[in-house]
Amino acid sequence: MRPLMIRSSGTRRDPAPSRIRYRLTRLWLTPLFRAALLKGVPILALGLGVWWYLGDPARLDDLRARIAEVRRAIEERPEFMVHTMEIRGASAEVDEDLREILPVDFPVSSFDLDVVAMRKIVEELDAVAAAEVRIRSGGVLEIRVTERVPAVVWRRFDGLDLLDREGHRVASIAHRGDRADLPLIAGEGADEAVPEALAILAAARPVAPRIRGLRRIGARRWDIILDRGQIIRLPETGAVDATERVMALDQAAELLDRDISVVDLRDPSRMVLRLNPGAVAAFRSLRGLAMNEDT
Amino acid sequence: MKTIHESQRAMRAKRQAAIDRGVVAVLDIGSSKFACLILRFDGGAMPTGDDGIGSLAGQSGFRVIGAATTRARGVRFGEIHASPETERAIRTVVQAAQKMAGVRVDHVIVTLAGARPRSYGLTGEIDLDGTAVTEADVGRVLSACDLPDIGADREVLHAQPVNFAVDHRTGLLDPRGQIGHRLTTDMHLVTIDATAIKTLCHCVQRCDLELAGIASSAYVSGIAALTEDEQELGAACVDMGGGATGVSIFLKKHMIYVDSVRMGGDHVTGDIASGFRTSRALAERIKAVNGGVVATGQDDRDFIAIDEADEPGAERRTISRTELIGVMRPRVEEILEEVRASLDAAGFEHLPSQRIVLTGGASQIPGIESLAERILGPYVRLGRPLRVQGLPQAATGPAFSSIVGLCLFAAYPQDEWWDFELPTERYPARSLRRALKWFRENW
Repeated sequence: MRPLMIRSSGTRRDPAPSRIRYRLTRLWLTPLFRAALLKGVPILALGLGVWWYLGDPARLDDLRARIAEVRRAIEERPEFMVHTMEIRGASAEVDEDLREILPVDFPVSSFDLDVVAMRKIVEELDAVAAAEVRIRSGGVLEIRVTERVPAVVWRRFDGLDLLDREGHRVASIAHRGDRADLPLIAGEGADEAVPEALAILAAARPVAPRIRGLRRIGARRWDIILDRGQIIRLPETGAVDATERVMALDQAAELLDRDISVVDLRDPSRMVLRLNPGAVAAFRSLRGLAMNEDT
Repeated sequence: MKTIHESQRAMRAKRQAAIDRGVVAVLDIGSSKFACLILRFDGGAMPTGDDGIGSLAGQSGFRVIGAATTRARGVRFGEIHASPETERAIRTVVQAAQKMAGVRVDHVIVTLAGARPRSYGLTGEIDLDGTAVTEADVGRVLSACDLPDIGADREVLHAQPVNFAVDHRTGLLDPRGQIGHRLTTDMHLVTIDATAIKTLCHCVQRCDLELAGIASSAYVSGIAALTEDEQELGAACVDMGGGATGVSIFLKKHMIYVDSVRMGGDHVTGDIASGFRTSRALAERIKAVNGGVVATGQDDRDFIAIDEADEPGAERRTISRTELIGVMRPRVEEILEEVRASLDAAGFEHLPSQRIVLTGGASQIPGIESLAERILGPYVRLGRPLRVQGLPQAATGPAFSSIVGLCLFAAYPQDEWWDFELPTERYPARSLRRALKWFRENW
């Protein structure tokens, strides 16, 4: 028989879990449920909280304003301020141009300076071949410029342009006399063949004092214009070789000193010369003389 | 018969599902304590050899990750007596083990000590037409066993083929591939009360668990406490539990007999409580601390104080240890006599080896070995369960033989009848083959 008295100690009351408790424990030991409760619920609560907080536009604006304020405070610290611009490797004109086109009002925070965009602006200048833009310590905006060197003068309908070796426009000039040291080219599409023009000019160095300029014909071939109205018509391909042939002929037979208006080299197999009208008559009379001698 | 097949197969499928998931609980419903272990199967070291046993005698495939015991409630004689109480105890022990393991278990394999197990030896025989034995033939011969009248309200717990013979060659463990004309099998059938199983199922289901297997406690104790040689040569395992004492006999690594004596350590406690007019709790403590079955002269001078400290007005009494032994010994003798009777009924004296292994909580009484030698036979030893991986130190005593054996049973169950296909399921294939044969011969 069981002891009638309820004992406070002795056999410990067995802590059997209730059915609910047992089920809850089992549920808690279910991995998916546990993960959902431990991670999903906090994330969800956090998400809901943030969503509720930002749901009010006034609060959102306030938050944005405060963030912007903090940002500004940091950006405007003296350590980040840029005070001067330093331009290196640029001529005085380009320097002036740069200072004009770069929209910077000093002092300015270095966070507000977009050096990449500035570099693009600088490089868009025709006179600039390449540029480096950087913010140096000490609050200096440094721009290193590699200028384009003008190689030829290009005469166009509406003025004179300076072109560099690649045919890129450098600047405009008012008078040919401003850059009398540079050769002159003319004609439609001449800027696209500047390297060839320079090679032709180099080949025609023996007659350099007489060269008035090069003329691009139909955007495909060159004419060399000499003084006294002489024209050397060069072929589309092998223009430099043709020039050298003319120079050789000139050296050997003083071709260009004669009374010839056009030396036509467009057909590589034969060279055609056009004489001036007076010369034609003289030539004919000479031939007539000769013919007469023959007869 | 079909229904047993199906229900047992369903349990096997659940066991496999649990092992695939990696976690299964084993539960020993004893009369004095409930023990629960949670096993994790890590997949490796499953049996690969043809003998079905992996390395380390098949213990390496799992690991005990949770263990808990609780005082038994609602169980008497190894049978569930008060279902709600039992259910609460199962909840307690499963929850504690789950907590230790940190995982949730859904499948549980249960062992029962009582419920009047009865074992039958069956013989089946089929004709083979001189062909090699296939798995289907094994299923056929098992089905050819004529089932004895097991009685109403009995259910088959184990049905293990223990021996196969092809023609005159007997003692085959695996007849597949043998060629002969006649296949004979011996099957060991264990039945228990169906109501006990139904009550058990009910309790387990009320705990939101799924029953993935039931085993007889005597059988699983034998697996854990007997060495491999003992199982091979023949030995009896006596699992002395709280409310029932299980007897199982092993031969050639198969259980060939199981029985249960409806007496155990709790009855000894009851005797002490009534003999000395103490509470059961105190009697249990006296039994565990001072108990014994062999009195010596020293014991006359060894006095035990019985002070029920929390009982108001109780006088302080002392008893001598001899008196205690005088109360305990007749009951232990009675239990062992019953075991003896059971072994005699099984014909244990005809076995080649007469080894008897005592295990279970009540086998810890000092001196029981010499008493058992006098009653059961000369070759008695005390058995402790095998060491399985991860088992807590507290659960390595002989009282945990059956739960440890249940781990092994859960990991590597023996082939049972229902593991083989029923021959009826083979008929369509055979008739199809016959039809094909007819076609081939006539066209």
